[in-house]
Amino acid sequence: MSGKKAAVPKILPKIATGIPGFDELSHGGLPRYRTSLLRGGPGSGKTVFALQSLVNAIRQRQEAGIFVAFEENTRQIIANAASFDWGLPALARNKLFFLDAKLSPDVVKSGEFDLSGMLAMLKAKKEEIGAKWIVFDGIDVLLTLLQNPLAEMREIYRIRDWLTDNEVNAAIITAKIHEGSSEAVNYGFLQFMVDCVVRFERRLEYGVALHRIEITKYRGSDFVAGEFPVSFGPSGMEVGAPEPAEIRQVASGERVSAGFERLDTMLGGGLFRGSSTLITGVPGTSKTTLAGKFAEAACRRGERTLFVSFDESADRIALNLTSVGINLKTHVKSGMLRMYSSRTETIGAEDHLVRLKSLIREHRPRCMVIDPISAIAKAGGIAAARAVANRFIYLAKDEKITVLVTAINEGDEPETEATDLQISTIADTWIHLSYLIRSGERNRALTIIKSRGTWHSNQVRELVLGAAGPVLADVYTAGGEVLMGTLRWEKESEEKAKTVQRRAEFDHKRHELQAAEADTRARIGALQQDLERQRLELSMYSSDNEARIVSSSDREKELRRIRSADPAGRAAAGTGSSLAKRRASDGSGKRIKKEARDAA
Amino acid sequence: MPRKKTKREASGRAVATIVVMRLYIANDAPNSVRAVANLEAICKEHLKDKFKLEIIDVLETPLRALADGILVTPSLTKVSPSPAAKIVGNLSDKRSVLHALGIVEPVE
Repeated sequence: MSGKKAAVPKILPKIATGIPGFDELSHGGLPRYRTSLLRGGPGSGKTVFALQSLVNAIRQRQEAGIFVAFEENTRQIIANAASFDWGLPALARNKLFFLDAKLSPDVVKSGEFDLSGMLAMLKAKKEEIGAKWIVFDGIDVLLTLLQNPLAEMREIYRIRDWLTDNEVNAAIITAKIHEGSSEAVNYGFLQFMVDCVVRFERRLEYGVALHRIEITKYRGSDFVAGEFPVSFGPSGMEVGAPEPAEIRQVASGERVSAGFERLDTMLGGGLFRGSSTLITGVPGTSKTTLAGKFAEAACRRGERTLFVSFDESADRIALNLTSVGINLKTHVKSGMLRMYSSRTETIGAEDHLVRLKSLIREHRPRCMVIDPISAIAKAGGIAAARAVANRFIYLAKDEKITVLVTAINEGDEPETEATDLQISTIADTWIHLSYLIRSGERNRALTIIKSRGTWHSNQVRELVLGAAGPVLADVYTAGGEVLMGTLRWEKESEEKAKTVQRRAEFDHKRHELQAAEADTRARIGALQQDLERQRLELSMYSSDNEARIVSSSDREKELRRIRSADPAGRAAAGTGSSLAKRRASDGSGKRIKKEARDAA
Repeated sequence: MPRKKTKREASGRAVATIVVMRLYIANDAPNSVRAVANLEAICKEHLKDKFKLEIIDVLETPLRALADGILVTPSLTKVSPSPAAKIVGNLSDKRSVLHALGIVEPVE
């Protein structure tokens, strides 16, 4: 064995089991050409794992297999697997050989026996059908029959040698081994001789059966350490392996309505197609109403929608939502909406995921609601629920489903949700609903805590439920706070009263101004008249003065003429005629007359 | 004495008819070798010549053994008379073999 190992290249060859999740955990599946041991208690899923690996090998790679059943007979095994869509009876006819290796209780035991004959038969059968896989299921049952630790050891060696000589792609041995059991010596050896050990566990948590898987040994290979949840669906077992680090979803820039216009506005135009939205809030903050509105809006757009409710019947929810103007029943009838409700206490979180997956496959929704997703934490512990919630959101994203989930958080601080399902970190949009208690009232408040990749309102808004559905009230702020309920109503009334008052004041002022304007206009008229008169007067005065200036220059000429020895009579006669003229128009003639006299 | 014994055997129906048996062995595997020896001793002592034994080496005809519903070796099957019986092991526990074959062991 060690010599063989040295020849193995650095990368250990592996062979995929095709079991979702396990091939990721084991970085490729089981060790190729080697033996793997599946150990665990009864009903922990070992047989399903082994059988499913065989079925996948046949269906995906046409590799035939042999299943040696030490514990159950073929009929039982095929009946047990009938709930899976493997088509086992058809496979069992040619590609899958079942060996009933369960010793009948009628068989008499007399002395020691061994497996050399059986292994010879298996070798022949393997060659006949060209089997590439072999499963020894329930080897512990066989070992118990040997009733002798030495014989057990011997037969384990025999199987190991057989497996070495008869190379198969993969050999699987399953055994019920309990920790600290008395047979620990031989089982220890069993674990040593194989290259890979996978531990299976079935345990009850809060009355719900939970299945777990853990790779405890993988010779020459790396693997994901730790316990992982296992769930059983229509296609068999599935391991809740951690999601691949690389996120493959393609982001969409398309917006879809979150339910109603004002909320869309707050979200900068709506939710992104294929995004996930988380609505948190204490009971009664109308999470379901918002979810219902979202579903209704989706149906109206003609998008297939799935509404999953936990702990409340679909009928009850539809009826309750009718009271706030949300009509889901019409869409259920038309087949656009599928409502599914389930109790959460009865099945584990993993099973919910499996059911949701099959619902998604059946209904092919574009939008989906889970109300409340926090309910899955009720059955079987928080760790499982957390993993499931995360996987669910990633699943929805992979399927490009726009998903809205609600979660109840105890206490009014949205941050307490972080200790709960921890989905707020992976949700794209987080809307928190709360009650604000002020002046003796409880009012619903809506806050958008985050919305990835888009602008969103940062304001706390009041959510009002009316007969026509949820409405976000107008924002009134006072003292830095959004007013709600009566305070908002008061503020609204106050605003209205103020408006009326302002209008009255305005009208009054207008009248005043109009009067003042008329007055001014009148005064302007009067002044205008004055102005006209003054203008006229001014023009008249100007022409008279002109005449006076002209006559005065004439007089000077006359005087000069007289002074240069002209006869006085002539001067008097000349001046006399001009004086007569001047007297008729002006009273200044006297002065001129006097001057003339002086001159004479 | 031999007469008396015959009577008792007759009442046990053991030698009234021939016992047909098949022994499946794995060649010379220790348990198989031991089983052949043990069975021969039992037959010699209790069945005289009133038996028919077929020894089948599973290593040589594995598919036949498979068809016969054999699992482990050595395995002994009583084909007739009915009821059929199946015994596994190296037949070292003589009592259980006789009981399974329907041979009543003499008292003492």
